[in-house]
Amino acid sequence: MNTRVATAVMLTSALALAACQKKAPEELPPAPQATATPAPASTPTGPAVGSMEHFIAAVGQANTVVYFDTDRYNIDAEDSAKLQTQAQYFSQYPQVNFTIEGHTDERGTREYNLALGERRANAAKNYLVSLGIPSSRIRTVSFGKERPVALGSNENAWAQNRRAATITIN
Amino acid sequence: MKKALIVTLAFVAAPLAAQNQDLGEPMAEGQDVETIEEEQGLTGSVSFEGNLDDLGIAIPAFATDRNTATPANANGTEALGVELARVITANLRNNGLFKPTGPDSLPRPSYDNITDPVWSTWGVRGAEMLVHGYVRARSDDRLTVGCYLYDMALQQRLVAEGWVVSPADWRRAAHKCSDLIYARLTGESPFFDSRIAYIAETGPKDNRTKRLAIMDSDGANHRFITTGRSTALTPRYSPDYKQLVYLSYVDGNPRIYVYDIGTGRQTLVTQSDNPTFAPRWSPDGRWILYSMAVGGNTDIYRVSANGGRSERLTDTPGIDIGGSYSPDGSRIVFESDRSGSQQIYVMDADGSNQRRLSFFGGRSATPEWSPRGDQIAFTHIAGDFNVAVMNPNGRGFRKLTNGWQDEAPTWAPNGRIIQFFRTARNTGATSLWQVDLTGDNERRLPTPVDASDPAWGPILP
Repeated sequence: MNTRVATAVMLTSALALAACQKKAPEELPPAPQATATPAPASTPTGPAVGSMEHFIAAVGQANTVVYFDTDRYNIDAEDSAKLQTQAQYFSQYPQVNFTIEGHTDERGTREYNLALGERRANAAKNYLVSLGIPSSRIRTVSFGKERPVALGSNENAWAQNRRAATITIN
Repeated sequence: MKKALIVTLAFVAAPLAAQNQDLGEPMAEGQDVETIEEEQGLTGSVSFEGNLDDLGIAIPAFATDRNTATPANANGTEALGVELARVITANLRNNGLFKPTGPDSLPRPSYDNITDPVWSTWGVRGAEMLVHGYVRARSDDRLTVGCYLYDMALQQRLVAEGWVVSPADWRRAAHKCSDLIYARLTGESPFFDSRIAYIAETGPKDNRTKRLAIMDSDGANHRFITTGRSTALTPRYSPDYKQLVYLSYVDGNPRIYVYDIGTGRQTLVTQSDNPTFAPRWSPDGRWILYSMAVGGNTDIYRVSANGGRSERLTDTPGIDIGGSYSPDGSRIVFESDRSGSQQIYVMDADGSNQRRLSFFGGRSATPEWSPRGDQIAFTHIAGDFNVAVMNPNGRGFRKLTNGWQDEAPTWAPNGRIIQFFRTARNTGATSLWQVDLTGDNERRLPTPVDASDPAWGPILP
């Protein structure tokens, strides 16, 4: 039931995105007239389409990573908003393949965390697939607790490390 | 000649390419150790009746018939005799066993006195037990090492054995002598003559280099197997020590490889694009358990060590992972979060009769069945992470450690000591530790760099 709504949202936002790539999606103006012409790939001086830099510029750094509660892997409302933003980008640039890295915090055993990271990466992937992104474009990889971004041993650091990060390949 | 050899090596190495690019040079396999009967091998019973912790043992230098050059020691067999006694002394002392006194503070017995101790020399030193030994270079370059244990009160030999070892394996003779003494005095099975595989860690917390490494049970003969270009995790020795299974990111994804120590070749445990984790051997070496995530759901599989088709053993929507065989190979204890949190379950070796074992509050993970079969060690998570044990029926819970994060227990070959790794809060520094089944004698194992994922192999063949 949500697919049609999501698709509609996605298309509208995608067009908006095409019109104004630099701004964060939340602040985009209403979509202009529909047009079949994709936006120019990039300006000669800007980052190449599909590069991580280009992806971040288009969706905003904060939207490239979704976070999870302890031992959980469900996609909550905040995550789904971020993933919808990502889906807009990936439907606008169908040539771009990407990787979702699943991570955990350090407060788990090593092997379980590898499996949990894989589960988180797949949760994010499945959501993007539900938004119409072909699964063949999405690679998942789990790093378990091996690659933290926040180095402390406290709740704040652990919350930052329980994540699924989308990385463009090109 | 040399040029021809290099060309040949390059030619052989080429097809191994990507999969092996994280591997160092293959190493020579150890030689077999031949056991020889010493005359009047086993006699008498131990006279000492106190606490074994208080049992004094004198371990003077091993004697030699004549000082002979040997590749095992730059100063010949005489100096090697001192080293042998030092290794035995350190083995007993580091494991909190008895009260050993080593060769550096004892007179050296003559070769002739090894089988005929001068009791008056040792009687005044207060030791209840006396170890004598000899080392002799053979014409084929190998060494004969003899080991004798005497009861001072009875003035009687308790046990004696000898071994023929290659010079490179001289420490194994010291470990075998340690095992002989330990087994004779405690009635327990031996454990010193064994090796440990583990992960050596260096670098900052967010970019750690993790290398597969191996060492003897006392930390000697340390070797790195992988170069550190890719992350390596969770190794396990095959029961015959010829292979290691471990996880590597060498192709960018977590996958289990079977590494052949003699040839340096490695193969994937299963031909699949799915990530694989948590490899384990069956006690007879015929099966490998591994866990594989398909579409994000992890289950446990088993495959013949010779390859072939994998068989799926679990099928719940939860994470089913790990696994450790009972010593007779009939059952597997494993970890699952099918109840909502990590808990320990047991099943028959074919996957049937799955049932939960752990009801201790908190979470329970990484179960490892003792080689004796009488206990299961695991990581208990209740606030802190600690190593604990239970009976195979799920009762008899005992917590053995008190660190902030102690995980991944592994058993000594005799099921009396447990190793694990400890992670420090904030710094993420890791180190190997061990503790007795009683919870006593907790100590850190010295390693060249930080260390995790210890896997203690069985007694060497």
